[in-house]
Amino acid sequence: MTEKILTNLRIIDPSQKMDEVGNIIIDNNGKIKSIGKSTKNSDISKSAEKIDLKGNIAIPGIVDMKAFVGEPGFEYKENFRTLTQAALAGGVTSIVTMPNTKPIIDNVSMVDFIIRRGRDKAKVNLFPCASITRQTEGNQMTEFGLLKARGIIGFSDVNKTIQNTELMSRIMNYASDLDVLIMQHAEDYELSKSSCINESEVATRLGLQGVSDIAEKIIIERDLSLLSEFPCRYHINQISSKNSLNVIKKNKSNGIKFSTGVSINNLSLNQNDIGEFRTFLKLSPPLRSEEDRLSLIEGIKNDLIDVIVSDHIPEDEESKRLPFAQAATGSIGIETLLSLALELYHNDSLPLEKIIKCLTINPAKILKINKGTLKKGSDADLCIFDLEKPWVVKAENLKSKSKNTAIENRKLQGKVKMTLLNGKVVYSN
Amino acid sequence: MATLKKVSAIKNAPKHLLGIQNLSVQEAKNILTEAKTFIKLNRSSSKKLDLLRGKTQINLFFEPSTRTQSSFDLAGKRLGADVMTMNMSNSALKKGETLIDTAMTLNAMHPDLIVIRHQDSGAPNLLSQKVNCTVINAGDGRREHPTQALLDALTIINRKGNIEGLKIAICGDILHSRVARSNIYLMNMLGAEVNVIAPKTLMPHGIEKLGVKAFTDMKKGLDGCDIVMMLRLQNERMQGSFLPSKREYYEFFGLTPEKLKFANKDALLMHPGPMNRGVEIDTKLADDINVSLVKEQVELGVAVRMACLKLYCK
Repeated sequence: MTEKILTNLRIIDPSQKMDEVGNIIIDNNGKIKSIGKSTKNSDISKSAEKIDLKGNIAIPGIVDMKAFVGEPGFEYKENFRTLTQAALAGGVTSIVTMPNTKPIIDNVSMVDFIIRRGRDKAKVNLFPCASITRQTEGNQMTEFGLLKARGIIGFSDVNKTIQNTELMSRIMNYASDLDVLIMQHAEDYELSKSSCINESEVATRLGLQGVSDIAEKIIIERDLSLLSEFPCRYHINQISSKNSLNVIKKNKSNGIKFSTGVSINNLSLNQNDIGEFRTFLKLSPPLRSEEDRLSLIEGIKNDLIDVIVSDHIPEDEESKRLPFAQAATGSIGIETLLSLALELYHNDSLPLEKIIKCLTINPAKILKINKGTLKKGSDADLCIFDLEKPWVVKAENLKSKSKNTAIENRKLQGKVKMTLLNGKVVYSN
Repeated sequence: MATLKKVSAIKNAPKHLLGIQNLSVQEAKNILTEAKTFIKLNRSSSKKLDLLRGKTQINLFFEPSTRTQSSFDLAGKRLGADVMTMNMSNSALKKGETLIDTAMTLNAMHPDLIVIRHQDSGAPNLLSQKVNCTVINAGDGRREHPTQALLDALTIINRKGNIEGLKIAICGDILHSRVARSNIYLMNMLGAEVNVIAPKTLMPHGIEKLGVKAFTDMKKGLDGCDIVMMLRLQNERMQGSFLPSKREYYEFFGLTPEKLKFANKDALLMHPGPMNRGVEIDTKLADDINVSLVKEQVELGVAVRMACLKLYCK
């Protein structure tokens, strides 16, 4: 690989508090050689390939902490190839993949398979998760130590919650010794039974079983109480309500250490968007009120929420073309993650730097991976985008194998122009 | 064969009758006006018209139903349509066929009307997006039961002359009731004041925003009411414990002659059926022809459904 120099970019890298116009020089090993306004001509070799990207912004390649790839078992929904295409078109270069495949990733042979398969088929950095409990059934913990040794980044039962408090306390206790990351989905099953939407006037009108945000809050409260006894690396996958945020605030001020994520959907949509039974907006946790949405934005501003995820869940049309209560849960979103997040900048909800932080260095720190940064010597994973470019989301143009986007026809501003992985241009528009 | 003057269809009518929420006041009034013309016909000896001759009506019932199903059946037949009733509670769906596939299959047979009853809220809406014919909602989950509300309105108008200015109480299992929801929308549209009365565990979230006053006390809730609508406790939709016992429910929320006295002197009693006697209603009261409109509701149900079929059939 020859050296590259990307010129005239506005570079935003929260990991080194950088927001300046300058150049990025990538060495022939695909690492950042020099970056910023102070790059010197002497740093550039004569054979270097020069790409002028004036008017665009460069950020570290996005780290998406929650995406589902259909392999193995659900190849008809998504595979490594299609997920890669969607991710790179969205500026995402590192993906934490969920273990709720078929079979479930809860043992070392599955890990070997998924890592080999990903290496061969995915042209993106993959960080696989294993389940916390066997078969995600919430009864018995998986082999954290062995799985970690084989390359598992963290543990998650995805959209399932450990209900058993004793087991949860043991998981935390055991995990703390191995320094593994436990990612919990917060939902009390007794309270959320057969629900498919936020408990609200909307649920009453649509005649659907609602779930109160107490179902989320109560698990967060429980887990954070346990965490004060058994400190481990604990992450709340996605929160959705103001009430949960208050619990997080209280615990953070008491010095409890943990991290929190939010789905871009809960930041950009609310329960009214469901309209007359739009099943693509059936999500978990559900979309809640506008008040909740605004409080989540405040949560990001106040550093109570660390990470924004796509919660990319590809579902085929058949699983969604059902009465609302029966329809599958989730929407795709990895390709639109950045553009939809930029909407929060354009409508003055969040500063740009904060959004980028939640998409890059924050998740990288939680995962303890050397990504999400453009510091000298790090991998040249880059997302380059045009902040102003207007476009309209059309499902048929999205690269994901499944087309269940929650934001069909949404007018967005800001689109990825180029994505680099280890210094190579892997997507360009 | 009896004949009736043809009344023009609703102008710019939506193609489907999915819920009261989607109706304008004028559309609701048109249906009621049309229905009135059928009351007399249904009481005469020759009940058959040919307004829908050559039309095919399919009744697609995914939930068991007695009165709604037979009412739609009769209504279609009296208008001259070919009516086919499919009891789906033990049919293809059990073999894994989806609602959409069933709908597409039936659609290929070129029906003009599909009347659907389904346990899932929103199923008629989904169906209406996939078929070429008119869809009429005969009750979906806990969302809407528009023809029930319309027949309730017609029954009230028949007795009281008008709905505007009346005070109507809806009591019982509001949470699981599509009848309550449709009635709340319709009675509000027609100018009535609506109270809902239920134990807190059976009161849906944000119900006041639908334009009602909510009460947990029969005495307060029934005060000044002209119409008392009792609802059935929908045990089949209840997961887990909502109430300590039927006995306690009856004590506080069951309608007895004593509790009825909290309402206006000439207050009338309605119930969409089927009734749980001794649970939500005193058995003698249910049969008291001086106050109970239950039989009239069933009778006028046929007229209302005839009106809906006629006005919505293209």
